[in-house]
Amino acid sequence: MANLLEIKNLQLEFGVGANAVRVVDGVSLNIAPGETVCLVGESGCGKSVTALSIARLISTPPARYVGGEILLNGRDVLKMGKNDLRNIRGGVVSYIFQEPSASLNPVFRVGRQIKESLKLHRPGIATDAEVIRLLKLVGISAPESRIQDYPFQMSGGMQQRVMIAMALASQPKLLVADEPTTALDVTIQAQILELLRELKERLGMSILLITHNLGIVGDIADKVAVMYAGQIVELAPALDLLRRPLHPYTKALMNSVPQISGGPKRLEAIGGSVPSPGNYPPGCRFFPRCPTAQPPCEKTIPELVEVEPNRWVRSLYATRLGSGNPEAKTGETESRKSAAS
Amino acid sequence: MSLLEVKNLKVHFPVKHGLFSRVRAHVKAVDDVSFEIEPGETLGLVGESGCGKTTLGRAIVKLTEPTSGNILFDGNDIADMSGAEMHSVRRGLQMIFQDPVGSLNPRMTVEEIIGEASDIHRLAPDSVSRGNRIRKLLESVGLNETHAARYPHEFSGGQRQRIGIARALAVEPKLIVCDEPVSALDVSVQAQIINLLQDLQAQHGLAFLFIAHDLAVVKHISQRVMVMYLGKIVELGSSSAVVEEPKHPYTQALISAVPVVDPDSKRQRIVLPGDVPSPIHPPGGCPFHPRCPIAQDRCKAEVPALREITPGHWGACHFAK
Repeated sequence: MANLLEIKNLQLEFGVGANAVRVVDGVSLNIAPGETVCLVGESGCGKSVTALSIARLISTPPARYVGGEILLNGRDVLKMGKNDLRNIRGGVVSYIFQEPSASLNPVFRVGRQIKESLKLHRPGIATDAEVIRLLKLVGISAPESRIQDYPFQMSGGMQQRVMIAMALASQPKLLVADEPTTALDVTIQAQILELLRELKERLGMSILLITHNLGIVGDIADKVAVMYAGQIVELAPALDLLRRPLHPYTKALMNSVPQISGGPKRLEAIGGSVPSPGNYPPGCRFFPRCPTAQPPCEKTIPELVEVEPNRWVRSLYATRLGSGNPEAKTGETESRKSAAS
Repeated sequence: MSLLEVKNLKVHFPVKHGLFSRVRAHVKAVDDVSFEIEPGETLGLVGESGCGKTTLGRAIVKLTEPTSGNILFDGNDIADMSGAEMHSVRRGLQMIFQDPVGSLNPRMTVEEIIGEASDIHRLAPDSVSRGNRIRKLLESVGLNETHAARYPHEFSGGQRQRIGIARALAVEPKLIVCDEPVSALDVSVQAQIINLLQDLQAQHGLAFLFIAHDLAVVKHISQRVMVMYLGKIVELGSSSAVVEEPKHPYTQALISAVPVVDPDSKRQRIVLPGDVPSPIHPPGGCPFHPRCPIAQDRCKAEVPALREITPGHWGACHFAK
């Protein structure tokens, strides 16, 4: 099946000339229809700007697309004109964000805000009845009276449901959820994740979920991309990645989070902190913090290579990390050999 | 004797409305809470936003005035103490805040921030010993003396939290109230701070009241865990007992809602309906009954008392066994 979304070697910079900072550096990611992909990473790793780029929501300038393409239904978003962009925003891709109270307009009733999306995309049915149907779909009880509410009259979980209803009003093919549950309590987080899963089944849309919480991944994702310092460092089917992470960063991230079922053993902290964009180390960007770093990692830039079918890892020692795929193509064979010896 | 003993603590905030700001209602942020903390112990406190956990933490340090009840710290009741009387008590009782940006004065250098605490309590007789003290404190939290002359904005989030910890340690406290100390930090830095807190506890014999919404973090660091819902304690017990055999249906739901990295764990997810009710108009009877999967008619009328269900394991549910 053709992919709904293909991001190819996306490169995005902020600033100009000597001050240019490359925040997304060669990200490639595919999403098939009906697939849920998680983009995992810490703050500043470039996951949000990558996701916002899909509908060109990053204004240029200050940002600059230096290279790559974003194919949505086969058409490059980066080359689209204003009218085409208007059509895909909402029409093909909808977004929900971390802080629903900041995304909703405080001075309009929620019913009117949802209807606005309907008027733009499906003007024929911009009715109260359709708004009520959407609110029911996202599990808001008594939607007939709730359409008269202002956002402040709702709790955070309800507001996020309204955001989802608004995103679904335009019947998108892809829902991008940028940390949709980070601002919510765990019991409400469980409700929203359950809702997203159910909606995906029912509507057959694709979801790109951005999170820093690896725990969410197992609940919802088919595929995971782990980002670090502007690059994807590991890309794999969700369950494979959680059962057997390959990249040292993914492993370290999993070990550094206390598990509810875990014993009282000491956490394996990752030393140092995330490098800021523009101050990336010259070789492997995880090198200064990597527990298994070798001397060549300092200078040699690792490529993202397929070490096993569907499992991609960015590491000079990728083949050693995988179960051994002799076909793994890497431009760094020489340094890898010398390091292995 | 317990280091801290909280008895029937209540913190109620008036809700004012209308022309003459008449008090129309009260938010019962902390409602009749009792517990103890032993020297050197970590007591975890979990709950969702709005459950009163931060208010409880602030009331113990007297940053918020309690409405009624007793707070016995080292045997002295500090609940009704004036600001001047609190001065000496505060040396033993410190706090670390959630937001390492908001809790450090941006116009003070690290040396001033940490030094101020020991100056107030006159812990360093001269400037040489003051400098030594600050250097030792910085080293104990994983920073060094070159950091002393810098301002907070020059540090990363994890380092700022270390400065906040050094400031709390400066007066050699016995109990530190940690209010969500890691939730504002990057995932990979959280573990550093958790390990640091545990190391410091072992070195100095500190007791912690560790407040967080992340049950996994609380379980990891605490010997005992206390679960709050709408201003009341609904469960209290050893951390392994609370997590492995939760007695209260709210705790059960809370635990099942925690995302787990291991995809092969066989967990039954309990998705609670609805939201946390407003603490201004809490439901009658058991505050949890509108969301509770096992609620009966009795729960609507009768407030369940916190009772000892198995030795050392307390729960506030009529049906807990």
